[in-house]
Amino acid sequence: MSRTDAQARAEDVARAAYGKLIAMLASRSGDIIAAEDALADSFVAALKTWPERGIPDKPEAWLLTVAKNRRTDQARKDARLVITDEANDMADTQAIEPEEAQLDERLKLMFVCAHPAIDETIRTPLMLQTVLGLEAEQIAKAFLIKPATMAQRLVRAKKKIKSAGIPFVVPEPEAYPERMSAVLEAVYGAYAVDWLEGDGDLSHEAFFLSNILAELDPENPEALGLTALIGLIESRRDARIHNGVLVPVPEQDVDLWDRPLIDRSASILTQASLKGRPGRFQLEAAIQSVHAARSVTGKTDWRALSQLYHGLMQAHPSIGGAVSRAAVVSEDAGPAEGLKMLDLIAFDGLDSYQPFHAVRAHCLSELGRVAEAAEAYNTALMLCTDEPSQRWLEKKTADLRKKMS
Amino acid sequence: MRYTFLLYSDPAMAANMTEEDWAKSKEIYGQYIGALQEAGVFVDTDWLHPADTATTITLAGGEKQVQDGPFAETKETLGGFFAIDVENLDEALKWAEKCPHVHYGKLEIRASAMGSV
Repeated sequence: MSRTDAQARAEDVARAAYGKLIAMLASRSGDIIAAEDALADSFVAALKTWPERGIPDKPEAWLLTVAKNRRTDQARKDARLVITDEANDMADTQAIEPEEAQLDERLKLMFVCAHPAIDETIRTPLMLQTVLGLEAEQIAKAFLIKPATMAQRLVRAKKKIKSAGIPFVVPEPEAYPERMSAVLEAVYGAYAVDWLEGDGDLSHEAFFLSNILAELDPENPEALGLTALIGLIESRRDARIHNGVLVPVPEQDVDLWDRPLIDRSASILTQASLKGRPGRFQLEAAIQSVHAARSVTGKTDWRALSQLYHGLMQAHPSIGGAVSRAAVVSEDAGPAEGLKMLDLIAFDGLDSYQPFHAVRAHCLSELGRVAEAAEAYNTALMLCTDEPSQRWLEKKTADLRKKMS
Repeated sequence: MRYTFLLYSDPAMAANMTEEDWAKSKEIYGQYIGALQEAGVFVDTDWLHPADTATTITLAGGEKQVQDGPFAETKETLGGFFAIDVENLDEALKWAEKCPHVHYGKLEIRASAMGSV
């Protein structure tokens, strides 16, 4: 096997198992930084050993064994060489812990990252890095923070976890109400980061984790709401981009939607709403299920969407919700009303929020104010960072030009 | 691990306390200490005179400097501490939440660094 093959394979294993391995290494010592160092060393050892000896039967177990040895075996001078020789034999005899144990370790790590003693704004980034294996640089980009600052804040959080003695445990169910919402937020954050720009691995993982959380805390309607929400968005994965151009939900080809996933998510959402405690994720899931209903009714119920967005803005005000609400109102009550709603939005950063300008352009164009619309599309284009949206905005601009001529 | 609870509050609040308030306060703190002892986690506690009676000393500048008053003037000042010995931060948080102090002041939890450096 060539070095590049070994490297590719080691990278595959790293992506797939990073969070699991970090969680298993860190849970006893509470030291995430030491776990990361040990794991990095074992990846180096894998790149050295695998091309010569072949990929072990259980690559994850191999990496874990080497990392554990590396950590406990600090006395040996030429540790790396000795350990890699041993690891092949050891990993063969030592089976990796069963799936449930691994999952349990990962859940523990998630609860650590979302601990109330950790600064709220770093919880999602921390989970993205430790549980899902994202690089600090990618996370920084998603959160519009300088990479160096992000790296510094992540290190600070990891040091705090160790020195303050935050335990690696899945908390008692009594503590769920206090702890679960941060975990849910972080998982949704991870899902959102990957949605347009990622390759889908991370969103699959986030969807998987949201399912686990719903199973762990089935009495929490928001945990059910989150997995229903992600399921409903996931169901449209194949329809959201056509020939590299973003397709807005109301224009998507419903035949490309994943029908069983829609049904499953809708039934989870029903289960959640029967508990009579609405919340942010349930409302967002309800919004997505109204969109999903178009595959049966053939049309979008804009009035229902408008009411749900109203509820969402009460429960969880956000810039994204406010702009989406205006977009929905413009479909339901006309572009003039939509424009009025946009004018009422008072959130910081509105001027540099791309969807605001895109929705505004749409309303203006519908009202025949084409010159202003063109200008607004132009602003949206300048603020746009992902290619599918960029192409969609270009298409809208081209349509507008036709209208003008 | 040993955790220290640093109890901060606005001393102006204590100034308005009546004799009766003090007696009641003593009683509820007594109960709290009793609960810590019963659970086998109690290490130490103290209740300090106000920060304006503090004396601060340093030799860090090369020569001895003694100052009348606390090292920094803050609205909320350190008024006392508890030291307890529990497994982890979650346990410490549970005990901190039960501390009578949290109803009128702020309680800072710090883990002991002895043995870890």
